[in-house]
Amino acid sequence: MLEITVNDVVHQLDVEPDTPLLWVVRDELKLKGTKFGCGMAQCGACTVHLDGVPIRSCVTPISSVSGRSITTIEGIGEPSEAKQVAKLHVVQQAWIEEQVPQCGYCQSGQIMSAVALLEKNSQPTDADIDQAMAGNVCRCGMYGRIRTAIHSASAKLANEIILTPLDKQPSEVSANATTAEGS
Amino acid sequence: MGKWTRRAFLTTGTLVGGGLIVGVAIRPGHRTPKLAGLVEKDGETLVNARVKILPDNSIRVIVPHAEMGQGVHTVLPMMLADEMDADWKTVSMEQAPADDQYASKDIVREFAMPSQAPGMVEDTLNGVFLKIAQKMSLQITGGSFSVRGTGTWSMRVAGAAARELLIDAAAEEWQVPLNEIRAENSYLFHDKSNKSEPFIAFAKAAAGKQGPTQPKLKTPDQFKIMGKHVERFDIPAKVDGSAVFGVDIELPGMKYACVKSAPVFGNTVSSIDSVAAEKMAGFIKLVNLSSGIGVIADTYWQAKKALDKVKVTYTEGDSKRASSESMFEQFGKSMDAAIADGNEEDDFKIGNARKVLANSKRVIEAEYRVPHLAHATMEPMNCTAWAHDGQLEIWAGLQNPLGIRNLLAEEFEFERDHIVINNVYLGGGFGRRAMDDYPVQGAKLALALPGVPVKMIWSREEDTQQDFYRPAVMSRLKASLGDNGMPDAWENQFVDKHEPVEAPTIPYAVENQYIHYTNSPTHIRFGPWRSVDHTQHAFFTESFIDELAAEAGINPYQYRYDLLSHDLRARKVLETAATMSNWGKPLPDGWGQGIALHRSLNTIVAEVVDLDMSSGKPRVAKVYCAADPGYAMSSDGFKAQMESGIIYGLTAALYGEINIKDGAVVESNFHNYKMLRMNDAPTIEVEIINSGDRSLGGGGEPGTPPIAPALTNAIFAITGKRVRQLPVSKHL
Repeated sequence: MLEITVNDVVHQLDVEPDTPLLWVVRDELKLKGTKFGCGMAQCGACTVHLDGVPIRSCVTPISSVSGRSITTIEGIGEPSEAKQVAKLHVVQQAWIEEQVPQCGYCQSGQIMSAVALLEKNSQPTDADIDQAMAGNVCRCGMYGRIRTAIHSASAKLANEIILTPLDKQPSEVSANATTAEGS
Repeated sequence: MGKWTRRAFLTTGTLVGGGLIVGVAIRPGHRTPKLAGLVEKDGETLVNARVKILPDNSIRVIVPHAEMGQGVHTVLPMMLADEMDADWKTVSMEQAPADDQYASKDIVREFAMPSQAPGMVEDTLNGVFLKIAQKMSLQITGGSFSVRGTGTWSMRVAGAAARELLIDAAAEEWQVPLNEIRAENSYLFHDKSNKSEPFIAFAKAAAGKQGPTQPKLKTPDQFKIMGKHVERFDIPAKVDGSAVFGVDIELPGMKYACVKSAPVFGNTVSSIDSVAAEKMAGFIKLVNLSSGIGVIADTYWQAKKALDKVKVTYTEGDSKRASSESMFEQFGKSMDAAIADGNEEDDFKIGNARKVLANSKRVIEAEYRVPHLAHATMEPMNCTAWAHDGQLEIWAGLQNPLGIRNLLAEEFEFERDHIVINNVYLGGGFGRRAMDDYPVQGAKLALALPGVPVKMIWSREEDTQQDFYRPAVMSRLKASLGDNGMPDAWENQFVDKHEPVEAPTIPYAVENQYIHYTNSPTHIRFGPWRSVDHTQHAFFTESFIDELAAEAGINPYQYRYDLLSHDLRARKVLETAATMSNWGKPLPDGWGQGIALHRSLNTIVAEVVDLDMSSGKPRVAKVYCAADPGYAMSSDGFKAQMESGIIYGLTAALYGEINIKDGAVVESNFHNYKMLRMNDAPTIEVEIINSGDRSLGGGGEPGTPPIAPALTNAIFAITGKRVRQLPVSKHL
C-alpha cells in the first residue's frame, strides 16, 4: 500500500509500484486534467508539481513519490467557499483572457509549467520563459499567446503586491512592479 | 421532375443544368419532426434544425461539427445568433448527434459547385443537398470548411429564417404589418404600439409555420457579432482540466487496451506467442486484429506491459525492401517514363509551354521534393467502445462521425441505428481524425469482450508509426523568361496527384502553362494533412517563382506583384504583407527576409519571414501574415488559426520528416520527430483583409502553405543557397 497526497487529499493506493504517476492520477484518482502525450518526458502534457516542482508524471513511477505531495491542474486554483468550485489561478485567468488554448490538450501541462515558473520567478524575462516552457509542446502552436499570458499573469501578480498597504510593502518590490507593468 | 412540388421545381430549376440534383427536394418544414425527437427536450421549442429557443428565452445553437481547437463551436453560433438578432449573452451551443439529418450537406455543395449556389434558392437547396449528403454519409469537419460552408449556407440562413419565422408569428399575434416589427437582443419590438415580447413568446407559433423561401441575410455593415472578437465557449474547460477528450472517457467497469500493428503497412499477423503476456497481472484478453494485436487488461499500465511480452510475427511482402531513397528513385523513374512515353496526366494547360520552352534561350529548371509527414496530434489516437444490448457504442474524437458510423455498421454487420457515436473534444485533428482505423480497432476490441466497455489508447510510438501520412511529393519545374525577365512559360511535372485539384496551380499571369503529373504509388498509407496537398505544392511553386525572380534580377516581392495585375485581391494581400513587414528594411548582418503567397481553401495568404542566420543556423524571428478569407467571422479566432497554421508549417519546414526504412517508419516519438517549441517560436503578426462576405475562405488550413517557402526564400536571400528539399534542418 502506497500513500500520496494529491491536491491536499491523502490517498492510500494499491497499485503496482512501477505504475507511472500519470495513470494513477488519471485512472485511480479520476483526475483527468493531466494528459498522456508521449510516455517519455518529451512533450510535457503530463506535467504536475511534486512538492511544488514541475515533473513529468508519465515517467515517474508511483513508488518514487510515495509519501510526497502532488499538485495537478485541478488543484492550483484557490478553493472558493461561495462558488463550491475552485477559483481560477491567476495563470488560468490569463489563459482565458489571452484566449490561449486551441485543441487544449497540452494546456494543463503548459499551465502547470507556467505556474511553477512564476512561483520561482514572478517577473520572468522572455529568456526565462523560453527555458521554463521549452519542455511543453503545443501542436496548435499557441506559443505566442502562452508567452503573452505568462507576462500578463506576472503583471497581475505584481499589481497584487502593489495593492498591499504601502507601509508593509518593500520599496524594491514596488519598483519591480512598475517596470513589469510598463513592459 | 414531375413529382417535385411547385416550389421545389421553381427553386431548383436554375440548377438542373449542373446535373447534380437527385431525389426529391425537401422543404424545411418537413425536416423538423424526426429531428425534434433527437434534440428537443421538455419545454424547448425546435424552431429549425440549427437552433432552439429555451423556455428562459436563451438560445441554443446546434453545431454539426467537431471542436478541435479551431473555434467552430463558437463561430458557428456567432453567425447564427447575429442573423437571428439573438442576445449573445444568452447563447449557448450543443454538438449535434451523429445523425444523418445533420449530414454536412454544405460540404457536398461546396465541392460539387463551389460558390455557385444563388441566394434565392437557399433553403430548398439545403433540402436537396441533405439527401446527397446522406447518401455520402458526411458530417465531416475538415477542408477549412465549417465557416464558409456550414456557417454561410446553413447557420446564417437558419438564423435569418428563425428571425423571420418569429416576426411572422408576432405580426399575426399583434395584427401589425411584418415590416413594422424589429428584432433585437432576443426580443421583438413594435415601436408604434410600444409592444415588446421575448422570442420565446412566439416560438411555438413560429415552429408551426413553413420556413421562408429566401431569408434575407445581413450585410457586413449590419453585423453585430460576426467579425467581432468573442471569447470561445470551449476555453474555460480547457484551462481548469475539465474538458473531456476521447482519452478521458470514464465508464463503469471499463477495461483498458493497448495495441501494436505491423510495422510494415499491409502486413498481417501470422503467428502470436502470448504465453508470457497471459501470466502478467491484470491480463484479460489478447485480440488478433489481423493488422496487429491488442491486449485488454484491468489498467492501462498492465495492458501496456502485457503487450510488450507478446511475440508476433507478420507476413512479409515486397514492401519490406522499401525505403525513402527507393521511393524517390521510383518517383524519378515514373516521371522519366511518363515523359518518354508521352503518358503525362494533364492537370492544367494553357498556351503551349513545351513549345515556348523549347525555343527559349533562358530556361530555368529545378527539382524539389518533400518527405512524408505525420500529424502528431497531442492526444494520441484512442477510442472507447462498448458492445451492449445489441448495440455498439463508440466514444472518440472524430472528424467524420457519420462516415465512421456507416463503416462500423458495414464492417461488423450492425443496423446503422444500433451504432451510437459519441463525439467529444479532439486533442488535435489536422486531418488525422478523419481516418477510420482507430475506431475500427476500438470496436474490434470491445466486440471481443461483449458487455464490457474497453478504452484503447495508442502509444505515441504507435501514433507516429501508424499514421496516414502527408504524401511525399516530388516536383520538376521548368520555366523560360522573356526579355523583360518575366516568365513566359511554366511547366511542372509532379508525383502524385491528390486533393485538392488546384493545389499546384499558380496565381501568376504566365501565358503558357503546362502542369501535369504521374502517379507512382507506394505502400505508405496517406491521408489529409493540414491544408491537404497545398503545403507541398506551395513550397515548390513559391520557391521556384523566387528562383525566377533571382534569375531575372528583380526583387522577389516586386516580381510577384507585377505578375498579379489580373488578380487585385491577391495583389492586395501581397502588398499588405510587404507593408506590415516593412519589406526591404535595413536588417542586421546575417538577417534577411523571404516572402510567399498562396491561395488555399479559398483564402489568400501572404507571409513574410524575418530570419536571423547570424549564428549560421536559421532562427525565425518574426512572421508577418496578411490573409484575405473574404470575411473573418471571428476576428481573433481567425488570427489564432493563422498563428497555429504558421507554427504547424514551420515545424514541418524546419524539422518534419518521416523516413522509411525496410518498409517501416523510422521515427517514433518526439525525440526523433521533432517539434517546434517555445524557445524557437517566432512572434507572429496577422492582418485580416475582409474583402467581401459572400465568398468565404477557410481559416484552419490556409496559414500553413506559405510559411515553408517564405522561410527558404529568406535563407536564399541571406546565404544564396536555395533549399529544394525539406526539412531545412537536414538540407541546409
